[in-house]
Amino acid sequence: MTYLVNGVEHGATPRPGQCLRTFLRDLGCFGVKKGCDAGDCGACTVHLDGRPVHSCLVPAFRAEGLEVTTIEGLGSPDDLHPVQQSFLDAQGFQCGFCTAGAIMTAAALDQAQRRDLPAALKGNLCRCTGYRAIADAIEGVKHVERVGAGEACGRNLAAPAGPGVVTGRVRYTMDVAPVGDLAGLTHMKILRAPHPSARIVSIDARAALALPGVVAVLTHEDAPDRYFSTARHEMYTDDPDDTLVLDPIVRHIGQRVAAVIAESEGIAEAGCKLIAVEYELLPAVFDPEDALKPGAHVVHDKPLSSRIANPQRNIVAELHGHLGDVEAGFAEADAIHEGTYHIQRVQHAHLETHGAIGWLDGDGRLNMRTSTQVPFLTRDALCALFDLPQDKIRVFAERVGGGFGGKQEMITEDIVALAVFKTGRPVKLEYTRMEQFSASTSRHPMKITVKVGAKKDGRLTAISMRMLSNTGAYGNHGPGVMYHGSGECIALYRCPNKKVDSVAIYTNEMPSGAFRGYGLSQSNFAIESAMDEVARQIGMDPIAFRRINVVVPGDPMTAADDGPHDVEYGSYGLDQCLDRVEAALCKGPHPDLSDDWLIGRGIAAGMIDTIPPRGHRAESRVTLLPDGTYELKTGTAEFGNGTTTVHGQIVASLLGTTLSHVRIKQSDTDHISHDTGAFGSTGTVVAGSATREAAEDLAGMLLDFAASFAGARRSACKLGEGVVIAAGQSIPLAKLAQAAALAGVKLSGQGRSGGTPRSVAFNVQGFEVAVHRRYGEIRILRSVHAADAGTVMNPMQCRGQVEGGVAQAIGAALYEDLKIDGEGRVTNPTFRGYHIPAFADIPRTEVFFADTYDRIGPLGAKSMSESPYNPVAAALGNAIRDAIGVRLYATPFKADMLYKLAMEVRPAPVSMPADVHEPA
Amino acid sequence: MDINTITAVRRPRERAELWPFCEGDAWLGGGTWLFSEPQPKLSRLVDLSDLGWQPLVASDAGLSIAATCKVATLDAFEPPVAWPAARLIGTCCRSFLASFKIWNMATVGGNLCMSLPAGPMISLTAALDGVCTIWSPDGSERRVPVVDFVKGPLSNDLRPGEILRSISLPWQALARRTAFRRASLTPLGRSGVLLIGTLASRGEFVLTVTASTRRPVRLAFAALPGERELVRRLEAEIPEALYYDDIHGLPDWRRHMTHVFAEEIRLELGGRP
Repeated sequence: MTYLVNGVEHGATPRPGQCLRTFLRDLGCFGVKKGCDAGDCGACTVHLDGRPVHSCLVPAFRAEGLEVTTIEGLGSPDDLHPVQQSFLDAQGFQCGFCTAGAIMTAAALDQAQRRDLPAALKGNLCRCTGYRAIADAIEGVKHVERVGAGEACGRNLAAPAGPGVVTGRVRYTMDVAPVGDLAGLTHMKILRAPHPSARIVSIDARAALALPGVVAVLTHEDAPDRYFSTARHEMYTDDPDDTLVLDPIVRHIGQRVAAVIAESEGIAEAGCKLIAVEYELLPAVFDPEDALKPGAHVVHDKPLSSRIANPQRNIVAELHGHLGDVEAGFAEADAIHEGTYHIQRVQHAHLETHGAIGWLDGDGRLNMRTSTQVPFLTRDALCALFDLPQDKIRVFAERVGGGFGGKQEMITEDIVALAVFKTGRPVKLEYTRMEQFSASTSRHPMKITVKVGAKKDGRLTAISMRMLSNTGAYGNHGPGVMYHGSGECIALYRCPNKKVDSVAIYTNEMPSGAFRGYGLSQSNFAIESAMDEVARQIGMDPIAFRRINVVVPGDPMTAADDGPHDVEYGSYGLDQCLDRVEAALCKGPHPDLSDDWLIGRGIAAGMIDTIPPRGHRAESRVTLLPDGTYELKTGTAEFGNGTTTVHGQIVASLLGTTLSHVRIKQSDTDHISHDTGAFGSTGTVVAGSATREAAEDLAGMLLDFAASFAGARRSACKLGEGVVIAAGQSIPLAKLAQAAALAGVKLSGQGRSGGTPRSVAFNVQGFEVAVHRRYGEIRILRSVHAADAGTVMNPMQCRGQVEGGVAQAIGAALYEDLKIDGEGRVTNPTFRGYHIPAFADIPRTEVFFADTYDRIGPLGAKSMSESPYNPVAAALGNAIRDAIGVRLYATPFKADMLYKLAMEVRPAPVSMPADVHEPA
Repeated sequence: MDINTITAVRRPRERAELWPFCEGDAWLGGGTWLFSEPQPKLSRLVDLSDLGWQPLVASDAGLSIAATCKVATLDAFEPPVAWPAARLIGTCCRSFLASFKIWNMATVGGNLCMSLPAGPMISLTAALDGVCTIWSPDGSERRVPVVDFVKGPLSNDLRPGEILRSISLPWQALARRTAFRRASLTPLGRSGVLLIGTLASRGEFVLTVTASTRRPVRLAFAALPGERELVRRLEAEIPEALYYDDIHGLPDWRRHMTHVFAEEIRLELGGRP
């Protein structure tokens, strides 16, 4: 058999049941990605005799005799296909994991298909961009700018990885051949629990171990007797120690029971089937209210040293506090809204699933190549777990295929490390999409009761909130999400009387974890819906109502208490955001729809601290290399957030050069000593501060050294592109580097950032929607978003973060719902059952930036990647409320629920109702 | 995805070589479903691509579609002008959740044999009075109307070892006027409700309900009914329990939309706005 791939004949023979995707990857075509392995996402698209197909569905043997073209064969960095070039020009990607598939699809479209992109691209899922950038790429819109030396900041510079992304050359975690250190690579498959709550009585792995090709089987008897949390924070004490690598107690369906390490994935799979496990079933609890009741099944019977707030009540964390007197505040109110809001479980659905490859190098040091937002904290966790010093473990991330918080977690590395130590072999673990959906983490489902009171003149008199957060079987991020969710959404409002009662609760469902917004998307939905309802009751425009009540510089930012904190108004652009959204929504165009459609408008606001609390550290180093270019080493990972570009821009600006003179190395524990990680939107604000400091440090050294080298005054020296100009004389940087080396001077600047004090960023989302009276169908007619990001370092990229956040949140507001049945089993663990937004589902969002300069963030910048997500669900709910006159208390909003409400529509009440609105 | 339990592929070239069909065997048409989910019980694939079944045969009798006809091939079919109902072909292809890339691989027969409520090839062939030809392992064959072939979600009339050979659409059905309605919970998503009405020149009206019901439901009328008659038949022939309940639509919405669309189709084919 011969296979013709990108013009080269291969003599390899696929296995009988092998799909073309893995066959091509075995041949080294790593641009062919696995997003779902089920034909839904299109990341593996290749051409078979010129026709695009999803290679994960093609039996590999059927490619025999056909011409196979992958992204690598479409064009190369030196000879780009026009579609690759246009994806570069428009920067039609973020993490880039879906990009090869999108380009292969776009390259195969005919004219008619190009005119109907929603249909043509329905087989290509992108989780990052919100599709506008992809549409621009296909339509030939250019966004990328080229700028002169020292002018990089604030401009649309292209991501340095771009050429690698559009040609499939850039490497992600799984894109590595089993050679060198990885020769003899083994594969792990995990046997997962079929019961939500059980004790493992016995595991008989003899049959599995007897299967040829099985290298080892891991059970709880092999695991370190040490509790930890999969959640990663600067302070490990932020999360409870409630997890074991392998636990004899099962707490959710899908929990690890055993792992098989084998010579191939197929053998590992077969090995799992041969393991006999005897379970003693235990009671289970699924509803958080039930879990709180006395006598409920105790999910974690653990001592207080585990840092579980109240194990016997299934409470992992709780927060109770108040300011003023809410009862007096409600008594004083002219209008009160009280409602209970339900926020569902959603999954991150980053296109690259979790996965890690671990091995021991020649020095016996554990190397962990992993898809993570937190390589340094993962190293620290592994060191603690296996009792090893930091120099015995290296953790690094190649480009990461999307994170959204899901990779602020040690999901795979612990068990891969255990397998490496047990076998001495390199070990790979790659999650399937089903594992991703049913055995990783999700957003915390919440039930939030909000009560808000206001005077007729619009002034808030009291806000109270009761939050029940379902952390699932483990407490990873349970406390942090609960605290954060109880914070900024209430602190946003100036109100004398506030009360917060929040509880994070264990249940026997899959664990929740860090997710974009970190609790705020849930509480924002409840609070901003309630604010809208109260504004309606007193007959006030919702934007005017916000103007009266939102905090302005000078106001304390308080929620559950008024204790000391390190959050300041480094800048303030919320007023501008409200103005911009109001103006854009008023401007029209007015919809031209039949009487079947009910039209409504709604807005919601959000505030977010620019940095997570209790420390977020970063370190950067910028060095002049012998060839006269700069090398930046930074800890922060790149997963589509665009921070690599921004760091390059900071260095280029401060060193008076262009981005092409800056080489960036990142997310590797070998590079620098510590970086807390790329979460909480800190890649620019914290890590960028360290990079700014490092670049400034080096700039000073360069000027000093150039001055002495040229015998010029320092003030007569200036940095340029590839040179230092000293008293009119242009000294090439390479020459300076050489001289420094001879003189024993190290031209390397260092910067650190500690993540305090912190500032605040703002987002306002507005929608105009239409709801069909008879069908219940929702159409988004307009979407406008204003963001206060301080200095926008790269408008093209920042716009992309906003659009992507809005799109992901539209998914959570309208479509996504990770369903768990009465026994704790995820029932829709595929993209066919769990619909993330496709091209057709996402409107264009008009994005506006406030004109502010933050005195805390680097070069005036603030965070802006998770927060655009937060106000979207409430803004949509408020717009639908405006259209149909009915308040929606649960996401997602779907036609099969809405139609009943829409059919009963009467003219929306505008006068003030006398009594309190109770939830439907 | 890889189906790691597969140890062999059989590639029959003619009818007699299709059998024996043993436990652990699976017919491999387009493979777009087989390779999309774990198949732990399969050990062998019987590849249908070398049988050489002509994808489409148009004749005076109507259109015969081979089970192995690719969706893309069907979509590209140029019908004669005397078959106005053939416009449903393109409309139904566009009712797939899957994109045109999948049409390059997926087969019409595969969609019928999956027997999912939202299968748009089921909608198409049921609405056009399609008849399935089924080959049995003993060499015999039998014919079953599409509306009877699909019995419920993931359930059909095929017996062990049987294979769907083709679907025939009679010219009489292809000559009718048609009206089409579809609803999904997402803009281009999986069908939650799909109704097709056909009107013959002599006045017979047939309403075929798919996607919203667990199996296709065909309501035939000698002439275009009045609104109340239509509602009466819908209520009589689609009991509550027949409305499908899954993540793509709640049963009461599917019922509501079925009634709304049925009336819209009645009005459209009746020539009223």
